[in-house]
Amino acid sequence: MTDASLFKLFATFSKIGLFTIGGGYAMIPLIERDVVERNGWVAKEDFLDLLAVAQSAPGVFAVNIAIFIGYKLRGARGAVAASLGSVLPSVVCILLIALFFHSFRHYKVVEHIFWGLRPAVVALIAAPVFSVARSAKITRTTVWIPILAALLIVAFGVSPIYIIVCAGVAGYFYGKIKGRV
Amino acid sequence: MLLLKLFVTFFKIGLFSFGGGYGMLSVIQGEVVTRYSWLTMSEFTDIVAISQMTPGPIGINSATYVGYTAMNNAYGSLPLAVLGSLTASLAVMLPSLVLMLIISRYLMKYSKSAGVNAVFRTLRPAVVGLIASAALLLMSAENYGTFADEPLRFCVSVLITIVAFIAMRRKVSPILILVASGVFGALFYGFLQ
Repeated sequence: MTDASLFKLFATFSKIGLFTIGGGYAMIPLIERDVVERNGWVAKEDFLDLLAVAQSAPGVFAVNIAIFIGYKLRGARGAVAASLGSVLPSVVCILLIALFFHSFRHYKVVEHIFWGLRPAVVALIAAPVFSVARSAKITRTTVWIPILAALLIVAFGVSPIYIIVCAGVAGYFYGKIKGRV
Repeated sequence: MLLLKLFVTFFKIGLFSFGGGYGMLSVIQGEVVTRYSWLTMSEFTDIVAISQMTPGPIGINSATYVGYTAMNNAYGSLPLAVLGSLTASLAVMLPSLVLMLIISRYLMKYSKSAGVNAVFRTLRPAVVGLIASAALLLMSAENYGTFADEPLRFCVSVLITIVAFIAMRRKVSPILILVASGVFGALFYGFLQ
C-alpha cells in the first residue's frame, strides 16, 4: 500500500476526474485501477461494498466514492481532499466552456451542431430507462410506480424531489406493514 | 439573494438525488428549468450534451454551468458568475460530505439494513420514472422545432432520436453518437442554406 498523503489523494482523484468522460459510471474502472490495483488503498472485496454504499447514498456517485475512500484513508480532511480533487477538472472545464459558449452560441454553425445534438441527447436519456428498469427488477406489481412518477412530473409538474421523498417514505412503511423492517 | 438561492437549490439537489447521473438529471431539470427558469429547456439539453463530451459527472457539470449562467444573466459580471459556479458545485457535494462525516461509522451497516432495503424497493422503480420524465420533457418544441413551422427540422430531429436510440441499445459509445449527430447537424443544415 502506497502512502496516501492529502496531496496524493487530491492528485489521484483529479487525474481520475480528468480522464472520465461520459459521467459517473465511466469512472468506476479508472478508480478501481488507481485505488485498488496501483495504490492498494482498498481491498478488492471492500471496493465492491464501497460501490454499493456510494450508490445508495444521495448525491453524485463519483464524488461519493472519492469521499468514502478519502475518509477511510485520512479522515475528514482526506474526504475533502479527494472529493475536491475529483471535481476540479470538470469545474475548470465547464467554466471555460461557459466563458466562451456565450460568445459562440449565436454562430450559425454552432446552432446547427446543437440542432443535431439535442434530439440525440433525448435518446441518450431514454435508452437507460430500460436498462435501469431491468436492474431495478420492476415486475408487474411495481410497474405502476415509474409510470405514475413520470406522469406526475410531466403532466402535473410535480417536483422530482417530492417523488423521491414520497417513494422512499412509502417504501419504508410498506416494509413495516409487511413485517420486513 | 440569488447566490443563496443557488446554494440552497443545489444542496437540495445533492441531498435528494438517488440512482446516479440520469436520475439526478430529472431533479436538476425540475429545480433549474421548471421551477426557477435559470435555464431554458434547450440550454439544459445543451449542457447535458456538453457534459457527456467533457470530463466529470453530470451533477457537477450542470451545477458549475447553471451557477455561472444564472449569475451572469442576473449581474453580467464575470467574477460573480465564477463565484456562482463554485457555490453551486460545492453545494451539490456538501450533503454527501456531511452525511459521510456524521454517519460514516454506520454507513457500511446502514446500506444493508432492512429499512434501507425497504426504501429502495420503491425508490428504484420511482427513479426509472424520473429518468423517463427527463427524456419526455426534453421532447419539446425548442429542441425539435415544430411540424408547422419547420417541418424538415422536425422530421430530421425525430429521425436523429430514433437512430441514436437504436445505437444506444446496441452499445455504441454515447460520445460517438453525440459527435456524429453534431457533425451531421452542422453539415446537413449548413448545406441547406
